[in-house]
Amino acid sequence: MKKSGYPESLQESLANVEKTRSERLKEAKKQKYFPKLSPDEYREVLEKYHPDYKPEERKPLQVGPNKGDMLQPELLAVLQGRPWLEPGSFEARLKSPDLSTDVLVIGGGGAGSAAALLAAENGADVLMVTKLRHGDANTVMAEGGIQAADLPYDSPYFHFLDVIGGGHFTNDKKLVRALVTDGPLVIKWLEDLGMMFDKEPDGTMKELKGGGLCRRRMHSSADMTGSEIMRVLRDEVRNREDKIRVLEFCAAIELLLDEDGAIGGAVFYNLDTEEYIVVKARAVILATGGSGRLHLHGYATTNHYGATGDGLALAYRLGVPLKNMKYAQFHPTGAVFPEQCVGMLITEKVRTLGGEPVNYHGERFCYPLEPRDVEASLFIRECLERGNGVVTPTGRVGIWLDSPMIDMLHGEGTVAKALAGKYLQFKRYGIDIAKEPMLIFPTLHYQNGGLEINEYGETKVPGLFAAGEVAGGVHGDNRLMGNSLLDTNVFGRRAGAKAAEFAKQRQEVKTLTLKHIEKYLKELEAAGIEPEIQSPVVLPDYRHQEVVEG
Amino acid sequence: MAEQEYTIGEKTIVLEGTKKIPIYIMGKRYEVLEGLTIMKALEFAGYQIKRGCGCRAGICGACATVYRLKDDYRLRFGLACQTTVEPEMYLTQIPFVPANKTTYNMDEITPDVSTIEKLYPETFRCLACNTCTKACPMEIPVMDYIQALMRGDIAKAAELSHSCIMCGMCSMRCPAEIQHFHVAMLARRLYGKYVQPKAEHLAKRVEQIKAGKFDWMLDELESLSDEELRQRYKDREWEPEPYDPAWKPQDTKYLILE
Repeated sequence: MKKSGYPESLQESLANVEKTRSERLKEAKKQKYFPKLSPDEYREVLEKYHPDYKPEERKPLQVGPNKGDMLQPELLAVLQGRPWLEPGSFEARLKSPDLSTDVLVIGGGGAGSAAALLAAENGADVLMVTKLRHGDANTVMAEGGIQAADLPYDSPYFHFLDVIGGGHFTNDKKLVRALVTDGPLVIKWLEDLGMMFDKEPDGTMKELKGGGLCRRRMHSSADMTGSEIMRVLRDEVRNREDKIRVLEFCAAIELLLDEDGAIGGAVFYNLDTEEYIVVKARAVILATGGSGRLHLHGYATTNHYGATGDGLALAYRLGVPLKNMKYAQFHPTGAVFPEQCVGMLITEKVRTLGGEPVNYHGERFCYPLEPRDVEASLFIRECLERGNGVVTPTGRVGIWLDSPMIDMLHGEGTVAKALAGKYLQFKRYGIDIAKEPMLIFPTLHYQNGGLEINEYGETKVPGLFAAGEVAGGVHGDNRLMGNSLLDTNVFGRRAGAKAAEFAKQRQEVKTLTLKHIEKYLKELEAAGIEPEIQSPVVLPDYRHQEVVEG
Repeated sequence: MAEQEYTIGEKTIVLEGTKKIPIYIMGKRYEVLEGLTIMKALEFAGYQIKRGCGCRAGICGACATVYRLKDDYRLRFGLACQTTVEPEMYLTQIPFVPANKTTYNMDEITPDVSTIEKLYPETFRCLACNTCTKACPMEIPVMDYIQALMRGDIAKAAELSHSCIMCGMCSMRCPAEIQHFHVAMLARRLYGKYVQPKAEHLAKRVEQIKAGKFDWMLDELESLSDEELRQRYKDREWEPEPYDPAWKPQDTKYLILE
């Protein structure tokens, strides 16, 4: 018997995949795939199979500017949660802030770091406060790439169309325009900062397509694109210690307004000493990231430990509206085997390089690069409705992602090089993904929507900005691959520059207050809501109950 | 739909009859389920992790863990989120790595050995003992890239260290007190900025954008009705996959071909 990383129970299906591979390979070389759906067919597939299109699992939000929106219970608990602070007893602490700054950046991921750099460049003193380490963010986990229309046969025009079509025409056009226009500027900025891009010997960017892209536009740094961006940005932030202070392991638990209703700072909880820290600031940028760790519908997630939607809760209490929060993104390809890797992201780059999804029988059943929500829905249909999924020893279901095709299409060694991170991860569990496929199923990946901002990252609260995954509207109801790394950089930079300008022009910050909490608590009471949890969540709690007998 | 038949959630599923095995977390004995990662075993044992947990997917470097196995003198290294527990494992997580990142202005340094000598002089104390390489959970040939840097081979060091997650285990083990993960960061940035050739098409596109050459296209898109926008989306001309160098678009109205 040949060496396999998979147990006996999966061998029959693996043999099916191998049997059909040479035929599928021939087709792929001729650019023949399972046919794409037409955009008109998307809606039907989504409504029937997408985990977030089911109306029965939703309830109305009962307070705040989005009152009446039907949201997932996990999100409602956070948005209608119990604040950490008692406004009455804490108010006195606000008179003596522990720290003060021009621009306070909350969050130390891609958006926060880009914002800090641009705020500093525009003359502001910056304090970056982050809940975990600087760089702990979904940014490091983005594998496949970053989009920007910089090749001759591409233009921001096509990037715009791809973004807005992928988002089902629910995007904010001004934000899309900012995204696609700044795209090449961001790539150039990163290149000048010394980011290692995958390039041809003459310097031309090696660019690939991704789901829903009509042109090649995806820049990469092996399969560690986000990690490389984060490393470079963090290193540069640390080079600017004259202008940027960084405070780690302090979680934002409340925003502060001044008595005129403009932003005034924030209160943090030091996770090490368990003490509060009051920060006074002339401008605040929320770059707290996403919310995958809320596990909508109980789904596994690709997200970072800290992705608990804190920024949404903080800003919503101040009256900042939410946009496009209806549908979260379920990434089509999350690992379901081995059990230790469940939920882990398998980059879309596997499919852009030619690794195609096939079912139990080794058959093609969908176009490999539909927009993510459509692709995920088609995988779910194949497993749950058509019964063509592969069942793991622990009772999970998935389909194969045929990564061995990649070396056959592009030459031996491509997988080990272009997908170095993933190759090593599976190797640890005895699976050689250059020779055997991966078993995958959709996993909760991205927030899609978030706080309402304009093209400068401004929210409706004067002096409060938001950038990155915490903000909404850029991607509409569905984000395309490679646009989140771009989003964090584009809107991080824009918010940083604008916040510096705001801070410079601002008069003194008036007396800090927590009146908004009093108002919010009254609203909850009037709606008859007894908060289920303390919010923001800060860290997910996986003690004991993570393991269930199956 | 037969959804109930399968599990789709985050929770680890353990088959009936799975054994519990003893592990020692900072010297305390806990019985945990076989097959868990160290991280999930910590949580199973009752720890709410603050430091020592990040992406939970092997890419952020937060959860470096050192351990010994029973009756084995060897000190082992792994990422808690990627390493499966073994019976009688003695382990601790490393919450923080004390190391000094030097600061520099990328515009004022050169991609050669003098920069390394100036910013991280301890690099040249390397004893070639290879302890760093053995400590790397990413299987990077750490010593090889240090040796490359000593020769001034920035490109080699950048390429060899590309999958570094900066967990710092190399620098915790080094008898010469080298700060590998920081000097490698410097090498990669020097390589990306000065050694790799610049993308000319990118510089050109930046100029075109700054000159406002795409503005009319975007104005047009912003002014379209939803209906017209949907039509444009449907009508997009599709570049073939996989990459075909011979392909030329039919419709060049919305391109700038100079």
